[in-house]
Amino acid sequence: MIADAHLNDVGSGSRIIEFKGVTKVYGKGYATVEALRGVDLSIDEGEFVAIMGPSGSGKSTCMNILGCLDMPTAGTYMFRDVDVGGLTRNQRALLRRHYQGFIFQGYNLLSRTSALENVELPLLYRGAGAHERRDRAMEALETVGLKGWESHTPGELSGGQQQRVAIARAIVTGPAVLLADEPTGNLDTARSREIMDVLTDLNREGGITIVMITHEPDMAVYAKRQVHFRDGLVESDALNGGAR
Amino acid sequence: MLWNTVLLALREIRRNVMRSFLTILGIVIGVGAVITMVTIGGGATLQVQQQISSMGSNLLMVSPGKRLGPGQSSGNVAFKEADAEAIIREISSIAAVAPVSSQSIQAIFGNQNWTTQVTGSDNQYFHVTNRTVGTGRQFSESELRAGAAVCIIGDTVRKKLFGGQDVLGEKIRLQKLSCEVIGLLEGKGQSSMGMDQDDVVVVPLRTLQRRITGNQDVGLIQVSVQQGASTDKAQQDIAKLMRERRHLAPSDDDNFHVMDMKEISKMLTGTTELLTALLSAVAAVSLLVGGIGIMNIMLVSVTERTREIGVRLAIGAMEREVLMQFLVEAVVLSSLGGLIGIVLALVSSVWLAGVLRVPFVFNGPIVFVSFLFSAAVGMIFGYFPALKAARLDPIEALRHE
Repeated sequence: MIADAHLNDVGSGSRIIEFKGVTKVYGKGYATVEALRGVDLSIDEGEFVAIMGPSGSGKSTCMNILGCLDMPTAGTYMFRDVDVGGLTRNQRALLRRHYQGFIFQGYNLLSRTSALENVELPLLYRGAGAHERRDRAMEALETVGLKGWESHTPGELSGGQQQRVAIARAIVTGPAVLLADEPTGNLDTARSREIMDVLTDLNREGGITIVMITHEPDMAVYAKRQVHFRDGLVESDALNGGAR
Repeated sequence: MLWNTVLLALREIRRNVMRSFLTILGIVIGVGAVITMVTIGGGATLQVQQQISSMGSNLLMVSPGKRLGPGQSSGNVAFKEADAEAIIREISSIAAVAPVSSQSIQAIFGNQNWTTQVTGSDNQYFHVTNRTVGTGRQFSESELRAGAAVCIIGDTVRKKLFGGQDVLGEKIRLQKLSCEVIGLLEGKGQSSMGMDQDDVVVVPLRTLQRRITGNQDVGLIQVSVQQGASTDKAQQDIAKLMRERRHLAPSDDDNFHVMDMKEISKMLTGTTELLTALLSAVAAVSLLVGGIGIMNIMLVSVTERTREIGVRLAIGAMEREVLMQFLVEAVVLSSLGGLIGIVLALVSSVWLAGVLRVPFVFNGPIVFVSFLFSAAVGMIFGYFPALKAARLDPIEALRHE
């Protein structure tokens, strides 16, 4: 596959994400909205970054661009050594498939489908065999502490458990970066802390880079670094417990 | 990957058994109807052919008027017994000739009555039509010559009039004629035209002419050509002879018709084949309607599963993989419908064949073609919804409620 060959150059340097003057404009003519107005942001391998900001600040747009679901209007987005702006829709899909994992606020699990099958889904697109899929999915479920729950469907699981299944689905392919969009938004404080513990472990022990959107300062403190957005620009960028 | 997609589609279908079933019902009925029609039609055609060949391929029918069958006008000049005699006398390749005249009459025995076909002919009739007198005897020469009040009856008439009772020597009444039953025909079943061939009373031709119709007419001359002789040649010879006997000028058209079995066979199978084609066409329309049903449900399904599609796209599914997933789902659905339809059709064909008393002929090609067609219906009508799914914007799709 051409796309794969291209993506082999993704490399594994210390810099994983680099935004240079990223602008995103929605709409045309007088009805334009500038969601991002020249954002510079770089994230290194192994970081745990919390992106914060009020609604409309551009943090969701930033996340969509990070996840290659949306393209910047201007500026460059380098994922490792690859200029994402130059990729086709299919190449971006392959980049997501091989290097990124997604966690959503609403879990977005397939209903009436067992936890195991949900976690196996990304492996299906990687063309993994049935045995490999099963083994790796079981492993991922164990990592998030859901051993023994693999045959339950989302309807039979609590919100916290569903989000853990979603995390297992995101990490099962061994991605370079985990993109979490308000992962604790639908959960109570105790469940939220459990999820944050899981993410922290993945970052510390698994060495996975995590970028997480949240509007809860309680959750942001789990990250090593906090980036605040306001009006489409980075307002502040600081390591937890000190300036960057 | 394709196999995985098929498994995925099956899982999706299983998740919604009721809806999936209703979706494919159109295809099931369509495929079922097409195969049943064609199978039964094929059986009927085969039956006609079998019956015609059981009559013997060397049979010719000479009838007044241009064609045999309904619409035969009464203005036609009827044959006389002498015409039949002339055929056997003049044409050497003829094995047997039976002049036949028939009329529908109510037969009465005791307090039972039954309207049946009374046929006047001679002993050659049994030879030409491949029938045998099971119990009793054929007509004697003197009975034929004198037009005696005797008859040989078919099995249906026996059942209707006598029940289980012994028939030989009993007397049945045909209008004013009271005639003695001297024989019972072997059963022969339904004819190619759907008539019960056992629903018949045979009397000597003269008996019929004198006592019932009151004229000397012969409605039909049945001719059996000798084995090995050319029926075409015999046909021509008979036509020539009849033209002479009827004093037709060379410019006149024939006012009679000599048909051979090929022609009769073509006429009869042509009718069944036309009917089969018409019914199959109607059934095929229901396949099309079934396809529209599949498209409808697939569109609903795509809308319903927008978020799922968003998730798939987000975790790295490519456009064509999503397209394939929905396309395969539609094809699997419709093929499943095709398979159920085939099973249903085979069951109902066997049953219908029994009820209609036609042979069951398994038609492999039509089963195969129907299956392919049902899969193609899924492919065609599933493509648009699948494309719609594949073209979704992942961000929009994930936001979809």
